[in-house]
Amino acid sequence: MGTLLLTTFIKVAIMAGFLINVAALLTWFDRRGGGMIQDRVGPNRALIKIGKFELRVAGLLHTAADGLKFFFKEDFIPPKADKLLFALAPMMALAPVIALSAVIPFGDTFCLGPDVVHKGCAMVTDGERLKMVGETCVNMAGQVVAGVTPTNIWPPVNRLGVCGIDVRNGIFPMDLMVAPLNVGILYVFAIAGQGIVGAAIAGWASDNKFSLMGALRAASQMVSYEVAMGLSLIGAMMIYGTVRLDDMVRWQGDHAWGIFVQPLAFFLFFACAIAESKRIPFDLPEAESELVSGYFTEYSGMKFGMFYFAEYMEVVTSSMLLVTIFLGGWQLPFFHRDGITVAFGDATLFHMWVPHIWMTILGVVTFFAKTLVLCILQAFIRWSLPRFRYDQLMKLGWRVILPASLANVFATGILYLAADQAGATIQGGLKLAADLSQALVALVITVLVVRAGIGFFSSKKRVPWIVGTSAKLAAAAGGSKTGEMGA
Amino acid sequence: MPNAQIAIYAPVFIMLAVATLVAVLFFVGASTLGKKNPTPEKMLPFECGSESSGGRHVKLSVKFYLTAILFVVFDIEAVFIYPWAIQFRSLGWFGLIEMFGFLAVVIVALVYVWKKGALEWES
Repeated sequence: MGTLLLTTFIKVAIMAGFLINVAALLTWFDRRGGGMIQDRVGPNRALIKIGKFELRVAGLLHTAADGLKFFFKEDFIPPKADKLLFALAPMMALAPVIALSAVIPFGDTFCLGPDVVHKGCAMVTDGERLKMVGETCVNMAGQVVAGVTPTNIWPPVNRLGVCGIDVRNGIFPMDLMVAPLNVGILYVFAIAGQGIVGAAIAGWASDNKFSLMGALRAASQMVSYEVAMGLSLIGAMMIYGTVRLDDMVRWQGDHAWGIFVQPLAFFLFFACAIAESKRIPFDLPEAESELVSGYFTEYSGMKFGMFYFAEYMEVVTSSMLLVTIFLGGWQLPFFHRDGITVAFGDATLFHMWVPHIWMTILGVVTFFAKTLVLCILQAFIRWSLPRFRYDQLMKLGWRVILPASLANVFATGILYLAADQAGATIQGGLKLAADLSQALVALVITVLVVRAGIGFFSSKKRVPWIVGTSAKLAAAAGGSKTGEMGA
Repeated sequence: MPNAQIAIYAPVFIMLAVATLVAVLFFVGASTLGKKNPTPEKMLPFECGSESSGGRHVKLSVKFYLTAILFVVFDIEAVFIYPWAIQFRSLGWFGLIEMFGFLAVVIVALVYVWKKGALEWES
């Protein structure tokens, strides 16, 4: 029981800590990146001044300054507001978003035990298991193999399965998710649905018509997109055959990433996830040109900050869900539980044994890195697209995404069963296609990492890679950005 | 409750407790740290600087109500599909055709709602 409590608290700390910190970072990136995209400086004023030394960190201090300022601003409650509901609403908006992350796996099942490491002979490349005799390794025929000495060995783990509980050796598996619930994605839907209640109550309790309109818009937008969101994932559930998020990730590691088997669902789910977090282009509930700031118009100080913060945390959780369901979660192509295996169809090109703990750590890092990339992508989407009109928003939800999700269910069902009963040639081809998709992903990741590395290390002579439209316009007209405007 | 069940469900409640705690801490900080200085103007419902025309007494479009009803219908439909989606592989073609029958009924409902104009937001 003690171990369970301890591991749970560590996992909660990792998950909630990541969520809160990345959400705070994202409020900075959203503004700094917005400045970059719109060809302006962005936040850079917050500084810590010690004597002549000034610390600015590219505007990063704004996040801390805003947080502090929020706490010390006047907490205003409208006199005609429903006091209890007005107080409850920001908490009801914030708490579910954190609780949501309980079922999201951030790494592969880790085999943990007091004396899991023992001396032994690691399996060699040709698959023959060696026995340890004294300080030497012998093969099946009893001959001493030269050049191989016993090393520390982590518990044996299958490439596909989960390590079993081995009480005799004190080994037990630890799921790297806060709660290994068997309902998985259904828990996510249930908890995510609570966010609607927070927004709706906030608008109702505020005694302001803008708030009420914003709340109604939020509620009807979120319920509309929740239907489409639920239906868009059915195709993925059919293929994975599970609602457990960690099993979904394992399936993607063994076959192909979700984005290749459910490409339509990826985009539908992405659109729904942005709509659920009420961000541009779906930020109708807080459309400032129409509704001041929607359902939190009457909120001030940190109570407003809680809504604001919940929105950014939703970005992080939706990125985590996208990574888990469609982008392979903690998996990297060719990296398996037992090491690196490059295999196409039945041909194994390369195999290297890597200790289980390193693969697990790499998986955790991979998961969080992928989440960060998707968060940045969502920030770019926010600054690239204009806001929908309300009728366009509802039309998109009910008339485009909902029928498309249903069509996706039909298509998935027919194609899956057809492939299941097809001949060996087609099945072999599909297997090869899955392996090729992994190779494609590996290629894309390598190119991106190398490109990012080059960009990072050659930052001294970096040219701005987003040229302002005004500069382009000026260049097209034969002038320059710095020149005076002609009369 | 057996130990295995506790190992699965206790962390959920710990997570919920931590989430609630974070929210409550934010809330308590927000309500206690700031100074309070209410003025008569501040007390009026916010109205972008012009004279306030009162609180939440506005007539709202019936479309919102309709959306809520449609949500209940289609979300329950989705709930019915989940168990089938998990068992889809073992049910095979028979299960697929059965589910197509169910979905056809739902699609007829969607088309009906569409033709009746419940999905029109322009007017």
